[in-house]
Amino acid sequence: MIHEWLIAPFADFGFMRRALVGVVALSLGAGPVGVFLMLRRMSLAGDAMAHAILPGAAVGYLVAGLSLPWMTVGGLVAGIAVALLSGAVARATVLKEDASIAAFYLLSLSAGVTLVSLKGSNVDLLHVLFGSVLALDDPTLHLMAGTAVASMIALALLYRPLVMECVDPGYLRSVSGSGTVVHLAFLALVVVNLVAGFHALGTLLAVGLMMLPAIAARFWTENIGGMIGWATGFGLLSGLGGILLSFHAGLPTGPTIILCAGGVYLVSILFGARNGLLLRALPRRHLQA
Amino acid sequence: MNGTASSIRFEDVTLGYDRHPAVHHLTGTIAPGSLTAVVGPNGAGKSTLLKGIAGALAPLDGRIETSARVAWLPQAADVDRSFPISVYDLVAMGLWRRHGLFGGFGRKDRTAIADAIAAVGLTGFEDRAIGTLSGGQMQRALFARLLLQDASIILLDEPLTAIDAKTASDLLAIVRRWHAEERTVVAVLHDLDLVRSTFPETLLIAREAVAWGATLDVLTAENLLKARRMAEAQDPHAVACARAA
Repeated sequence: MIHEWLIAPFADFGFMRRALVGVVALSLGAGPVGVFLMLRRMSLAGDAMAHAILPGAAVGYLVAGLSLPWMTVGGLVAGIAVALLSGAVARATVLKEDASIAAFYLLSLSAGVTLVSLKGSNVDLLHVLFGSVLALDDPTLHLMAGTAVASMIALALLYRPLVMECVDPGYLRSVSGSGTVVHLAFLALVVVNLVAGFHALGTLLAVGLMMLPAIAARFWTENIGGMIGWATGFGLLSGLGGILLSFHAGLPTGPTIILCAGGVYLVSILFGARNGLLLRALPRRHLQA
Repeated sequence: MNGTASSIRFEDVTLGYDRHPAVHHLTGTIAPGSLTAVVGPNGAGKSTLLKGIAGALAPLDGRIETSARVAWLPQAADVDRSFPISVYDLVAMGLWRRHGLFGGFGRKDRTAIADAIAAVGLTGFEDRAIGTLSGGQMQRALFARLLLQDASIILLDEPLTAIDAKTASDLLAIVRRWHAEERTVVAVLHDLDLVRSTFPETLLIAREAVAWGATLDVLTAENLLKARRMAEAQDPHAVACARAA
């Protein structure tokens, strides 16, 4: 029974194994980045940047069809351009960064969908928007795994100034000029992970494995290292659960993975060991001191 | 932790926002190792002055020269109190200059951090999340971080506002210790009795320097009245300042 449910699908089907490798890579790379996005109150900025990838990927698609390198490079360029432009607009005008990101991502999303429809069928559009986690080929897996490794290394290097920039940006500015560099490097990390995720989950859902596990992790621990661990674990759990569930129930895989992550989030709200609602509702007497 | 004393020199400095001066034509020197209070009404340019010394705001005109490293505690330090970080880690940030991006903390550093935390009376709070601290405890933690920064020039912007008497006297003891170590300390304060009792030098400012020197000579009734009368509001129709730069 357990074998049939949990092991057989992977033993019997290569595409299932590939999908599993893909979501493992995504969880390892994007989960920790998501924790910092959440702690910096940039959860929605991650979402917006995921949409911003679309027109770049679409231009790549127009040039070369569903081609991995073209769509990857296009997505990277568009994502980083939107991140930089919205940051620049926020600094140069009265707009706050969230407002300028919102403006750019709406532009990007509509431009991207228009570009894809210029040439492609609705099937291709769906592929770009929602990904195809069950159709990951070797080069795509290499890209995703490479991104995960590079992202983890980069985050380890950035960790200290990034934490300082989150807690007390004024202090970091007063002792070091690295604040801007750190911020930009972090945005680049977000974009790179989203581009890797977009091949599996599409531009609309790529951010799901980044944010949902990270947000759920907030309910389980009060320290950053712990949160990164929980978020990665939740990502792996949702990925595995989503792939299996979609296999057995015949559901679309990408959305099922994100639904599983959403389930983890809802469970965490209720049962979280740190700030869960149920814990708060428990009738416990206050302490002496 | 012996600071090498260092001065702050102002050469006809004008600091401001959007061309409107907040500090207007300030010239003078804060002597090495001195303990100076900056007083004046709200909107007099006190915080702007510290920002200028710290290098966070470039002067519209003139020059500010600091001959050593500056540590600055802003009025409302923009610490994100909801960020899940412990008191220990917040204080340890004071060692940033020594360790930068990657340097590990050795036993000596851990001792220094523990000493700083003890000096501000927060021993036992090391593992507490900063979000659980009271306003006074937070200020103590920020002072501990200042201690570790080990700077020769220390700028404090209303460090004792909304702080109870016990905490204030503990923090003042640290200020005196810095003074004894011949560091240059500049503090923005509103409590004139405290300034008279603790700070030998005072700069009374109301956009322009009203008086500057020994505290008792500066804080006269006449000077204070003069400071209060100086216009607070920006004049939207102000023309370019013609005073020689």
